[in-house]
Amino acid sequence: MEGRRRDVRAASAVISTTQTPAPVAIGSTRFWSSARTRSIIWQIVAVAVVVGIIALVGLQTATNLRARGIASGFDFLGRAAGFEIARGPIEFSSRDTYARALVVGLLNTLRVSLTGIVLATSLGVGLGMARLSNVWIASTAARCYLEVIRNTPLLLQLLLWYALTQELPGPNDALNPLPGVFLCFRGLFFPSLLWHSGFPWISIEQPVLEGFGFRGGASLSPEFAALLVGLTTYTAAFIGEIVRGGVLAVDKGQREAASALGLSRMQVLRLVLLPQALRVVIPPTTAQFLNLTKNSSLAVAIGYPDLISITNTTLNQTGQAIEAIALAMSVYLAISVSLSFAMNTYNAAILARGGRSA
Amino acid sequence: MTLPQLTASIQRVPMFRDRTNAIATTVLGAAIVYASYRFVTWGVINAIWSLPQDASSQACRAIRGQGACWAVIGERLRFIVSGAYPFAEQWRPAVACLLFVMLYAASAVRAWWRWPLLGLWVLIPASVITLLRGGVFGLSEVPSEFWGGLPLTFLLSTIGFAVAFPFAGALALGRRSQLPAIKGLCIAYIELVRGVPLVTFLFMASVMFPLFVPQGLTIDKLLRAQVAFVMVIAAYVAEVIRGGLQAIPRGQYEAAASIGLSYWPTTILVVLPQALRVSIPALVNTFIAFFKDTSLVIVIGLFDLLGAAKAVIVDPRWVGFGVEAFLFAAIVYFGFCYAVSQYSRHLERVLVGRG
Amino acid sequence: MTVNRWWMVCLAAVLSACSGAVTEDPTPPATAEARAASSTATPTLESVRRKGFVQCGVTTGVAGFSTPDAQGEWRGLDVDVCRAIAAAVLGDAKKVRFTPLTAAQRFTALQTGEVDVLSRITTITFQRDVQLGIEFPAINWYDGTTFIVRKSSHVQSVTDLNGATICVQPGTTNEVDVADYFRKHKLTFTPVVIERLEEVTNAYFAGRCDAFSQDQATLAALRARAPNPADHVVLSELISRGPYGPGVMPNDQRWLEIVRWSVYAMVNAEELGLTSTTIDRALESDDPDTRRFVGKSDGFGQMLGLDAAWAYRIVKQVGNYAESVERNITPLGVERGVNRLWKDGGVMYVPPLR
Repeated sequence: MEGRRRDVRAASAVISTTQTPAPVAIGSTRFWSSARTRSIIWQIVAVAVVVGIIALVGLQTATNLRARGIASGFDFLGRAAGFEIARGPIEFSSRDTYARALVVGLLNTLRVSLTGIVLATSLGVGLGMARLSNVWIASTAARCYLEVIRNTPLLLQLLLWYALTQELPGPNDALNPLPGVFLCFRGLFFPSLLWHSGFPWISIEQPVLEGFGFRGGASLSPEFAALLVGLTTYTAAFIGEIVRGGVLAVDKGQREAASALGLSRMQVLRLVLLPQALRVVIPPTTAQFLNLTKNSSLAVAIGYPDLISITNTTLNQTGQAIEAIALAMSVYLAISVSLSFAMNTYNAAILARGGRSA
Repeated sequence: MTLPQLTASIQRVPMFRDRTNAIATTVLGAAIVYASYRFVTWGVINAIWSLPQDASSQACRAIRGQGACWAVIGERLRFIVSGAYPFAEQWRPAVACLLFVMLYAASAVRAWWRWPLLGLWVLIPASVITLLRGGVFGLSEVPSEFWGGLPLTFLLSTIGFAVAFPFAGALALGRRSQLPAIKGLCIAYIELVRGVPLVTFLFMASVMFPLFVPQGLTIDKLLRAQVAFVMVIAAYVAEVIRGGLQAIPRGQYEAAASIGLSYWPTTILVVLPQALRVSIPALVNTFIAFFKDTSLVIVIGLFDLLGAAKAVIVDPRWVGFGVEAFLFAAIVYFGFCYAVSQYSRHLERVLVGRG
Repeated sequence: MTVNRWWMVCLAAVLSACSGAVTEDPTPPATAEARAASSTATPTLESVRRKGFVQCGVTTGVAGFSTPDAQGEWRGLDVDVCRAIAAAVLGDAKKVRFTPLTAAQRFTALQTGEVDVLSRITTITFQRDVQLGIEFPAINWYDGTTFIVRKSSHVQSVTDLNGATICVQPGTTNEVDVADYFRKHKLTFTPVVIERLEEVTNAYFAGRCDAFSQDQATLAALRARAPNPADHVVLSELISRGPYGPGVMPNDQRWLEIVRWSVYAMVNAEELGLTSTTIDRALESDDPDTRRFVGKSDGFGQMLGLDAAWAYRIVKQVGNYAESVERNITPLGVERGVNRLWKDGGVMYVPPLR
């Protein structure tokens, strides 16, 4: 440090006393090369420390696993799961493997995430427009909605929605808003399409109340409904703010030009501002899509069998926590990386087409 | 008052600015007024505010659907606020909550943004932990399995933030470093943590951490959860600080280089103070986000404010009154988060305004 | 550069405050190989002696097996097992701390060392014994999986539950038993999976599902605390066997033996006719079995690494098996059934203390 201070003082002395300050290299070329050596040394040290910690932890873990008699490796994926999962996108019975159970979990996660993304985007855009609109009450109501949603935990909202679904009547007094559609605290039951080999090729199967509940038809469990509604309302709030910010970021001249053309406020918003706002809006909205997918993991707290839920059951039944959690993390990382990649591609395409940088 | 005068004065009110506004306000307003009326009837007018000690909840069940049962909160308030803490010592979690609120209030005074404030951020969490654990100064020892409720929420978020901050700074600087190995490591860590749900980290902490340490060493469950939070908060705060670093104009670096400052003096004396100042509103928002995320510890069996509220309705006496319990928790979370987010907006105006 | 160094003092304060959170085994690593070589390697026993209490993993509240009473004291059949271990090892049945665990959390809690013994209505199966590597020293209750249903549903046998919605808890043998049984008999059901026992019980009583599957004694206990017990019936048809027993970690032979013989001591006491009230008189007995039991001859206590009066303390402070059952299970209206002694027609048949 002392040598550095001397150099600085010397250098500033040189700079202040000379008339035309010549480019003085502070220190000679040996300074540059030793900096380079230093940087290489730092990097080696950093990598060595990280590798060392991982190796140490890994060794200790292996010892502990052996001592506790816990198996290692991914063989457990081939074993029979031994638990049931509520009716899902593909057939699953307790005789199927853990691998298949995890696939069911993944499909459930994707199902709720994709549906949530679509619904949240629509609701979010609507909210953004409401916030931007001239109608005072719509704008204020949207603002209140936003504040409430953003300042309470998502888990709390999910639990509230789930508690609300349990306030619905029982199967015997189920609500019947549309013919064939029944809503009760056991879920939403609606008619489904069935394929036959003979004539007629398609038939509609209605849910019928008999014995223990509704037989036939398709159903949505209250857990799925609570998760979907909770995720949608939560993410829509953030998307609404992003859309609003994006529209406000569009050049003021565009708005003025559009209204000078005689377009109504709504038309200005829809035809001129929103398309241009897209460029600004896409990256943070994609981040929100990713957040929604990650937040769907809260299903473990309300009993919906998503990937994390099933991973939890698997690791408790097999004891192989490391493999199970590593698998789940890899899946989420893959989803997040592919989503970022898709976003970057789309962003690049927009840039190439539009010419205006994001 | 003539009609035109009346119309003019009505039109000054934003709700009735023009015809669209007036129609929308009437329609939506009617709906909102009706909903509020129903809510107030349920929540205030028909509600039961307290029940006599040891009475059954029959009175509450009778009005289920028409009136709220706030008695559930009144009776279990001590549980929601202090968890399973021994009854006689429940002043300690209450004092702990007070200390945390004082810490936040002190941090909000901009005149006090000096180095000693950092000391406060270390001192108060340390004293809270000592107070809750006991064993010294004549306080009885209370193992961490009994801690719960609101103090846990404060504890996890505050200590998480405080401990994660230096790591986050290091990660942000590392990510912007010219050294490829360090940059790669930091990017890998940040992207891994941000690409994965927080719940998986909590599971990892709860189940895997004990496998990482030598046998015979037992780590508190709360400490495991805390470490998980520190790991995650470090990555998110690193991104916020990186945003702040990116906002520093090139000229600052050049000016610092021109007076002979090398990397570390530049960073510590010139760049970081400015970057942190710019990113303070975003940091406060991150704090709010993680304050809410502490509710996730319920999945690993710890009981923070939300967990305590959920545990209240499992009691057979109060089963079915989930809406009341969760609404109460929501009000507490909302109160705190809204206040802090308003403060953050104020900060943004003031700090960015001063540029 | 002016950096205040006094924050380091505060950091030290924080670290010292946190040091209470991390406890370390003082046994130096040098004796590790000596420990491994000798068959009396017993980290758990040493850890329990050092801590001064037994950390017992129990349920979150199942009447009859482990539940806190109105004063916050834990009571139950499984609780008595832990108290017996404490009485034997530490001399005082009260030196036990309880960790409530859900069915899904229990094995990881044992494997991570969070509890010393898992006494939590755990069914002993091949998978748990071999795959999870958990040791089950003894069986303290024989039971099986069945269902609780509403009387109004007119369900007489399990096959009547075809198409029903059945609540199960994740990580239980009941979940697997129900799935296997229904598949074997070509029946269908819709599972509702809820982890915590209180929540799944509330869900069943609220009508979220038509039946709840658990072990018979647990269901009887739950029915007793139902809002209207007469409206519910526990089927007497068992769809599987379910022997319960405490669980311990492997590679700890001495601790396993201590847990095993604590349970066996209680049953042996019942066979010998020793109760908590008569055990003091038995100290003067001439009967060789009784003398061995109370430690007057043969020094079995020392062989276990305990003192001579270990079994005496178990019976004096906790009672024998019959007393434990009568205190905990019988008030729920559950018959002792197959859990009677072998000479009374049951299957409780344990090796003699000889």
